[in-house]
Amino acid sequence: MPDFTFSRRSLLKTTAALLASTALPSAVFAAEAKAGGRLVVAADSEPKNLNPAIVASNGVFFISSKVVEPLAEASYEGENGLAPRLATSWEGSADGLSVTFKLREGVTWHDGKPFTSADVAFSALNVWKPLQNLGRVVFKDLEAVETPDDHTAVFKFSKPTPFQLIRNALPPLTSVVPKHVFENGKIEENPANTALVGTGPYKFAEHKSGEYYRLEKNPSYWAKDRPYLDEIIYRVLPDRASAAGALEAEEIHLAAFSAVPLADLDRISKEPGIVVISKGYEALTYQLVVEINHRRKELADLRVRQAIAHAIDKDFVVKTVFLGYAAASTGPVPKNDKQFYTADVEQYPFDKAKAEALLDEAGYRKGSDGKRFSLKLLPAPYFNETKQFGDYLRQALAAVGIDAELVNNDAAAHMKAVYTDHAFDIAVGPPVYRGDPQISTTILVQGGIPDGVPFSNQGGYDSKKLDDIIAKASEEIDEAKRTELYKEFQKEVAAELPLINVAEWGFITVARDSVKNVSNNPRWAVSNWADTWVDA
Amino acid sequence: MTRALRLVRRRLLTAIPVLLIVIVGAFGLLELSPGDAVDAYLASSGGGDAQMIAELRQAWGLDQSATARLLAYLAALAHGDLGWSVSLDRPIRDVVMERLPNTLLLMGAATALSFGLGSALGIVAGARPGSFRDRFLSIGSLALYAVPGFWLGLVLVIVLSISLRWLPLAGIETIASGKHGLARALDVAQHLALPVASLGMIYLALYLRLMRAGMAEVWRQDFIRAAAARGLPRRRIVLAHVARNALLPPITMLGLQSASMLGGSVVIESVFAIPGLGRLASEAVAARDTPLLLGIVLVSAVVVILANLLVDIAYALLDPRVGSNEPAS
Repeated sequence: MPDFTFSRRSLLKTTAALLASTALPSAVFAAEAKAGGRLVVAADSEPKNLNPAIVASNGVFFISSKVVEPLAEASYEGENGLAPRLATSWEGSADGLSVTFKLREGVTWHDGKPFTSADVAFSALNVWKPLQNLGRVVFKDLEAVETPDDHTAVFKFSKPTPFQLIRNALPPLTSVVPKHVFENGKIEENPANTALVGTGPYKFAEHKSGEYYRLEKNPSYWAKDRPYLDEIIYRVLPDRASAAGALEAEEIHLAAFSAVPLADLDRISKEPGIVVISKGYEALTYQLVVEINHRRKELADLRVRQAIAHAIDKDFVVKTVFLGYAAASTGPVPKNDKQFYTADVEQYPFDKAKAEALLDEAGYRKGSDGKRFSLKLLPAPYFNETKQFGDYLRQALAAVGIDAELVNNDAAAHMKAVYTDHAFDIAVGPPVYRGDPQISTTILVQGGIPDGVPFSNQGGYDSKKLDDIIAKASEEIDEAKRTELYKEFQKEVAAELPLINVAEWGFITVARDSVKNVSNNPRWAVSNWADTWVDA
Repeated sequence: MTRALRLVRRRLLTAIPVLLIVIVGAFGLLELSPGDAVDAYLASSGGGDAQMIAELRQAWGLDQSATARLLAYLAALAHGDLGWSVSLDRPIRDVVMERLPNTLLLMGAATALSFGLGSALGIVAGARPGSFRDRFLSIGSLALYAVPGFWLGLVLVIVLSISLRWLPLAGIETIASGKHGLARALDVAQHLALPVASLGMIYLALYLRLMRAGMAEVWRQDFIRAAAARGLPRRRIVLAHVARNALLPPITMLGLQSASMLGGSVVIESVFAIPGLGRLASEAVAARDTPLLLGIVLVSAVVVILANLLVDIAYALLDPRVGSNEPAS
């Protein structure tokens, strides 16, 4: 069960029913699972580059993860939260300079060629390290990949690299692509970036622009008797209202990533034959964050930032903006991360009087119009919830005398305004937590990042103390010590407030009850669906 | 040279500066909106580091000035090259040509519905101005006209697709159905029924009211009284004299409406998930894909110009006075 707490009884009922079904060992299901059939799911975007080895993003994974597999996948039961995929075991050396992967035998690519350690070496050195948005950070010190035999790959690092980080990065960052397809010509321009070739349970069949993607069963998949489904269709439904209707009309079976808006969930959960599932996104937690431009002299004052933190009623945000489908945050690591999370940090309970006192103390007294100062507030447009929280934040700040002017932009304009032009005072952002703070969380507060890097610290915050902790943790190969450093990191962020963490949420899947084995791992929507079947 | 042909030549010559203005205007508008194609791409793909971003800008030509990019686009266009879409990674001509038939089908069917049914009902209403039938139709059509297109679309979906399940909810045809020929045409017709209805019903009122008003006007003319005095049957007076003379304003409207139909298709195509030009245009704006948007705008402008040309020709055929005072050459 995720650590999220929900207020809705109907949801509890459905999750309980779901738990009862998915908690059963998969062997029980395998006995009665029906093979065959077509699964139709809603998709809201058509990424131009579908190659997960280059673009590590959930929009790409949603489709590509069925075709191209990583070395390991996230798991509820597995050791360190991992289940083997193309690698069967992984071991880090004591000096942090090498990691040895044993690879699965008897795996073939969709074009019939055998999968070997050369493919892993090629993917790591020629794709993940130089080209992948996240791999450029995690694999920056990867020097060589030795391949003593076809089924062993040894990663060699030039500097000690925490094995814990590599392990946590396995599901999202290590999609293996075939060397023989990509070795000639420019990798970015290879046609296999859209017409994917992988080892996964489904083969890429066709993409009809603006209509659908079609994947078909890989009959020679390495796992025996998998996959069950003959076909998966991703139906492109650009209008957010249409996913719910398509589910009700049985034109689609499943809508993941909250394609059905939260406001519709209560109604649709009462429809017969439809289940609402909040499980299966634990490793894809999104965080609701107030980004702060420290170049504004008012906001450079810690007391003002503390006042803003006290002015926000996190429980109200969870209940009203997220309709209960979220949890209040305490710091930069979400509560459902069992490895790194600590609750032992500075807390900012909702307290208007305290917020006003702090603002007074900082010297920003209320003027005759009841206002202390004005701010420009830019909510990110990517989710309904970030926009709605922007509306809430404006009112919450007005209540303590800060006048916030809302500036609503579309995605491209928001990116430029916040991350390149710094034309904001406060912004609302939804960064993703990817299972290890080093992958994409520390850059939200780290100093010295060049202008124009999206989803990074562009607020001008620069703290030597915090940067030192981040640098030390990125090289610490002792797991206990590294974990301790990240707890210190959480404490420092909560105390200094380079940004304010408000809430954290996973997405909601709405499905017909005929779809089985849904949400049975923490990255379900972006995992391979080899064991998913439809009870037709 | 016949009147109609002269008209065609003149219209085509004036079309060139119109297209140029449309391109430069659309380019300027997109250039003024903050953020570029790389910003939009990064927002959708989860980001990258500074070096990667700089390389992308260079690869997509975004490191050049706006004027340089516009001139390069116009130069390529002069050679008949619509360019490359960075947001789709495909040649723009292919994308536009793939989407255009869907939009034309939607627009054409909706126009036929609104014009055909609208004028027919207008004739019914205008046959006896002031009658009960006239009042009922006029008020009913006005109510329909006041409804926003997307709302009508959503209501039709809820009733006909979700509750009754008579018609498919979205898309242009059944996905990967393997249907061919007549079966496929029927499938497409079923899928288009709701979008065509929601786009066409709105404009129906316009034609109805124009037709009816025109007919009310014609009824007062002397030649109608003369026709009645000659003992022509009423049906013949209504159709051959009153209606024919009242037909010009609705036809004028037909040309004007072709542009707003294209505009309306942006919303309808999104609501019904139809892969058409309108939806592509809104996606091109969100992705800041300037060449793609320019390609769509250009093709749409050509469609509108051609629609108006057809209207002009129809006009010339219906009304002998049109085009007759132009200098012969």
